[in-house]
Formats: sequence, C-alpha cells, structure tokens
Amino acid sequence: MAVDTKKVDEIIAGYEKSEESLLAILQDFQREFNYVPEEGMEKLSELFGVPASKIYAMGTFYKALSLEPTGRHTCKVCTGTACHLKGASNVVDVIGRQLKIRPGETTKDMRFTLQTVNCVGACALAPVVVVDDKDYYEGASPQNILKNLKNYK
Amino acid sequence: MESRKLNSVDEFNEYRAKILNSHKGDYPVIYVCGGTPCLAKGSRAVAEAFRKEIEAQGLECRVELSLKITGCQGFCSKGPVVSFGDDIVYMEVKPKHVPEIIEKTVKRGEIIEALGYKDPATGKKAATFDGIPFYSHQKQLILGDLRKLDPFEIDDYIARGGYASLDRAFSMDPDAIIDTIEASGLRGRGGGGFPAGRKWRSCRNIETETRYVLCNGDEGDPGAFMDRSIMEGNPHAVIEGMIIGARAVGAHKGYAYIRDEYPLAVEAMKKAVVDATALGILGKNILGSGFDFEVKITRGGGAFVCGESSALMRSVEGKVGEPRAKYIRSVEKGLYEQPTVLNNVETWANVPLIINNGVQWYRQTGTDGSPGTKVFSLAGKVENTGLVEVPMGITIRELVEDIGGGVLGGKRFKAVQTGGPSGGCIPQSKMDLPIDFDSLTDAGSMMGSGGIIVMDEETCMVDVAKYFISFLVEESCGKCAPCRDGLPRMLRILTDITEGKGKEGDIEVLEELCDVLSYGALCGLGTSAPNPVLSTIRYFRDEYEAHIRDKRCPGHVCKSFITYRIDADACTGCTLCAKQCPQKCISGEKKQTHVIDQDKCIKCNVCREVCKFDAVRVE
Repeated sequence: MAVDTKKVDEIIAGYEKSEESLLAILQDFQREFNYVPEEGMEKLSELFGVPASKIYAMGTFYKALSLEPTGRHTCKVCTGTACHLKGASNVVDVIGRQLKIRPGETTKDMRFTLQTVNCVGACALAPVVVVDDKDYYEGASPQNILKNLKNYK
Repeated sequence: MESRKLNSVDEFNEYRAKILNSHKGDYPVIYVCGGTPCLAKGSRAVAEAFRKEIEAQGLECRVELSLKITGCQGFCSKGPVVSFGDDIVYMEVKPKHVPEIIEKTVKRGEIIEALGYKDPATGKKAATFDGIPFYSHQKQLILGDLRKLDPFEIDDYIARGGYASLDRAFSMDPDAIIDTIEASGLRGRGGGGFPAGRKWRSCRNIETETRYVLCNGDEGDPGAFMDRSIMEGNPHAVIEGMIIGARAVGAHKGYAYIRDEYPLAVEAMKKAVVDATALGILGKNILGSGFDFEVKITRGGGAFVCGESSALMRSVEGKVGEPRAKYIRSVEKGLYEQPTVLNNVETWANVPLIINNGVQWYRQTGTDGSPGTKVFSLAGKVENTGLVEVPMGITIRELVEDIGGGVLGGKRFKAVQTGGPSGGCIPQSKMDLPIDFDSLTDAGSMMGSGGIIVMDEETCMVDVAKYFISFLVEESCGKCAPCRDGLPRMLRILTDITEGKGKEGDIEVLEELCDVLSYGALCGLGTSAPNPVLSTIRYFRDEYEAHIRDKRCPGHVCKSFITYRIDADACTGCTLCAKQCPQKCISGEKKQTHVIDQDKCIKCNVCREVCKFDAVRVE
C-alpha cells in the first residue's frame, strides 16, 4: 500500500531527533495510517541512524502498534478483570461472529478491526467497548453495540 | 489569568492572590464530573445544558466560574455526577434535570433529594456527601481536590494552594526533604510498597552528575483506574511531587510515562507541563530558586511489562521494553544507566501533602507500617463501582459493604481480588483483614496499585486463575524461560480443567510450576505471576476439585459444564430473548414458553441478560 511520504516526513519533523522519540513517532504513524508502514520505519532508520531491525522490533513488541493495515475503525473490547467477570468474552464472541473476524483481525472491507484491550480503566461501564478510542459503550447488551456499530462507515 | 514567567516565590504568591481576588463574590459553582465513565454516560451534554440554561436566564454568575468540568468525582457507577460546593451531590443527572437544579439548588440552595443516592438496603435517598455512605466512609486527602478542580486550569490548582509546598521545599536542605519523606513512612503506591524516602536517599547518595526522576503512569493492572483518575483530574499534584523529589535527589530531568490507552490523562498531563513551564514552575531557575527541572511526557506502547521499572526505563529510552535482572538496582543504574527514582502517580501526589502538612499530620492517618490513605478502584460485582480513598488499615468488609454497598444484585460474596495479575484472591473468611501492604502480602495477595475486584457466587475461581494466566502469557516479554514457557504450560492445564479434561495431579503440577516461576523468573512480573493460581488453590481448592472430579463448575461459568434453559413457569413469552439471540436459536410463539435449541446455543448469556422475568436458568 502506498503511503503519503509527505505525511511521514511531517510527523518525523515534529519530534526531536533522538531515540527517545521513536515510540512516539511510531504511535503517530499508527494513528495517521492505522498501521506502521514499512516506508516510515525505513525513513526513521535512515534519519535517526538506528538499525531498521531495532525499529521493526519495537513495531512487533508494542501492542499499540500494528505492522498490518488496520480498519478505518477500531472496535476495542475491554477484557480487564471487571469486564471479564461481567461477560466480556461473550461480548467479543458476539461481535466477532457478527463481523466475521476474530480479535486482532480486520474485516475484508477494511471497515473494522476488532481488538481486545487489557483494561481501559472505565470499570463502571463494564463490560465496556471503545470505538475509535473515543466512543465508550456499556457492553452489557452486545446487540446494542452491534446496532451502534452501524453508524461507523 | 495571563501567564508570565514568575521569577520568585513572592511573585508566585502575588499571582495566587490575584487569582483569589478575581474569584471574589460568592458565585455558586456547579461541578460536573468529566471522568471517563461520566463522559461516556453523557456528562458533556449535562454541562452543555447548564451552560445554555445559565445563559438563557442571564444568571448573575460568570460562566467560567460557575461551571466546572472536573476530574473524577468517584461515584462512577452512578454517573454523570454533579456536585455543588462542599455538600450537595447528585447522581445520574440528565440534561432534563438541569432547569430544576438551577431553579432550586443554584438559586435557592435547596437540596433535591430525588436526584441523590438511593440506599439499596433502606430505599432512602440522600444528596449530600455526608449522607451517602459511599462518600462519608472515605477520607479524601488526594481525591478531595479532584471534584473541585478543572484539571486543564493551572490557576484552579494554584488557587487551592497548589505549588505552595515548593516554597518550603526550596528553603529546605535536600537531605531534610528526604528525612521528612522517610519519617512520614510514605510507601510506594505502585505495588511493592517500598519506602519512598529510602529509595530517594539511595539515589542521592550516589556520586554522579546526572540523576532522573520518573513517574510511572503505566497503570497496566486490569481493573485499576486510580492513577488514570489522578492524572486526568489533578495532574499538577503529580508534577508538584516530582519537582520536590527532583530537588531532593538532585535530578534536573524527569519523565512521566503514561499508558497510551488513557488519552485524556496524556492530554491533561501534557497541558499541565506546558502551563507550569510557562509560569516558571518548571524549567530553568524555578521561581528564582536556582533549581532547574524539566518534565517530559512519554506515551506507553500498550505493553503490560513496561510497568516494571527496568522495562519502563528501556521504553522511555526508545527501546523495546524488556526488563533486566533484578540485582541491578535502578536507583543506581536506571534510565540511561544513571541513578533514577521511579515512583508511581499516587506516590508523587502524596509528596506535596507531606511537605505542606508535616510528618505528624500525615501519620495520623493509616497504620504504623502503612501510613496515609490509599486510593482504590472498586469494581466488579459490587453495587457502587468507583474511585475511593480510605485510610490504610480499613477492613475489606468496610470497603465492600459500607462503601461499596455490598455485592451487586444481592448475590453472595465470594472473594476480592487485589493487586491485579500479580495479586491474589482473598476469600470471605478473611473479610475482616485490614488492608495494608503487609497484611495483604501475608494473605497471599498484594496491594498492587489498588484495584479491588469484588467476586460473587457466580464467579468461577478456576476461570479467574485462567483469566490472569492467559493475560500474563500474552504480556510476558519472552526474555526468560520460566515465564515464557512456564505460563503457557500452566494455561494449558487450567484450560483443560475448565473444559472438563482435568485429571488428578493437575493441581500439584500447577503448584510445582508456580514454585519454579517464583524462584526462577527474571523480573517482578514473572515472580509474582503465580499469585493468582496459588491463592485460588489455597482458598478454593474445592472448586478445582469439583471441576476435575465431578466435572462441575460451582460458579456456573465454564461453558463445558453448563446449559441454558428457559423456565416454563417464569417465561411469559415476551419474545425478547428470541429477538436478541445472536444465534437465532430460541423459538416460541408470543405468550408461549420459549425453548432454546441446545445444538445451536453458544452460551453467550445474551438471553439471560435481556430477560426481565429471570426465566433463563444456567445449570
């Protein structure tokens, strides 16, 4: 997939040229492109003088980063302890069946990526589902979430 | 207030006087909670409704003063929470309630009981902090300010006495600061409970040019949200603590490492650093003291292991966050191999309190071994989910029953889980155990960062152990063999047990694996990983045996052992379950008893959730 290299440069330019900035830049890539593109990692390696293998290692180590393109929307089902007790695994199951994907996968039309997350710290809403890191849904009824998901194009 | 660099403590005090002056006139203040759960439940719309109503009525109060969107007000399960002054608090407020609140409470100071908290036991309503057990049993040294502050306004913090401790700290000798913290008995709130003063002293005593102070905001324990709420609600308190710590140990650079899953906390902390720097409270020559200190915000990458000190430091450096062997202490060789003090968010927030109020005052609260308060996030199968702050030494019973309002839906209490994946489960028989660092460790759990998860009779303890081990399998960084290979082996056995394939001897093998892990793993994550398994075996061995021998799950959780059935006597034939069933495997005519097709049923529990007549049984 071709990536807007101008955007890549822009993101890198916003940071101090030090190893300390690597993780933040990779996260910005993730946010901008919905994944960490190879072009971006190569550029970083070149500009920062850090071996590409090291940057790749970060890309695979940190859960917030994905090397595969992800969907336009991310649907994160919280599987923290409180959510687990209140049936989060059923929520994952029902949403996964409906979208025909498993956690970590993306729908064919690139609309949704389904993820599980280890606690978003909103236990009062348990089981909670977060869409696009900003919309929080109480997940007690998975059907209700499926209805809401229709609003994300 | 217009921000300019303040060059001395005098200028700071003048600035503060100016803010207080501008607050003159008793404008009624409406505090709308802006914590994550309240926002999700619509508090922004409530705030907007207040703003409109105030404007429409042309009320004699200035909008910026009369309405504040604050940090977490604690009572998350009853959000959106709205409070007034020091006394009145309303729950589950909706925009439609706004005109009545303006009319009665804001204009006439009347309390609207109907919007208060309904005691599930007595049915009585209360709308004051003193009248609601959830609040009245707490002692809020840290959280009290959260419900009064706009976290994005540094002036708010300064007006309430924020950054006042710097004057004192700068006039003290660094060693005297450390003496004070040591005498206060402050112990690290992040989990281990290591004495903060001792950590600081070790760091200061090392001869070097460069030292660092770090704030651990990588709150990875599932079910814990204290640090999120403090960073979101009172970021400046954390920064003030860090400045004092930096001055004490002689550090000029600090980092706050914050979970990326907490976007609001990142935003609040970033803004706090920018604002404090603009006023000269951070940066070069802080308030003319000659002391330099800057803070950088680092976002975490979603790896649980990065909450471990050495892994966190590697991550700050921009590397893969793998821990290293424990015998190298980070106070000697931490970030960039320099002496480093790492404390968690809540620990830092305690520091200004101690400097301001003194050791004696601080030690009045809590126990001898664990002075002060502790913030807990109370969650799980409990009536009142939320953020609570209590004196150390309070019993589990007080926390769950008095503050938490008991188990959700009147079910029977089974256990509390404390300390996250490194902690353990404490059974009903130990409900009168005081909560402090040492008692919890003795009981086979740990304080951890402060997540308290309540479990009821419908919780399966083997499933809980499996849950934590599968969490840890995923989060193990893979560097050392006991953790990398031991945990998946344990998970396999636990999975077999929950699927009816358990056999005699499994429990003993689990215990043996736990032993190996606690001796052989490289970091704290690995050595504490056995706790969830060991503590559930210790207190709930009978449940393991029921799975293995009787092929039965006492909590009715493990899917291999249960079936869903609709009770013909209770079913009214309302068709709701049939409509909601994702498998479309419930059949029945209107007003006739419905039936579940067992071959197609995936046991997703949706029918049971939606049934209004409690007709779906799990057996």
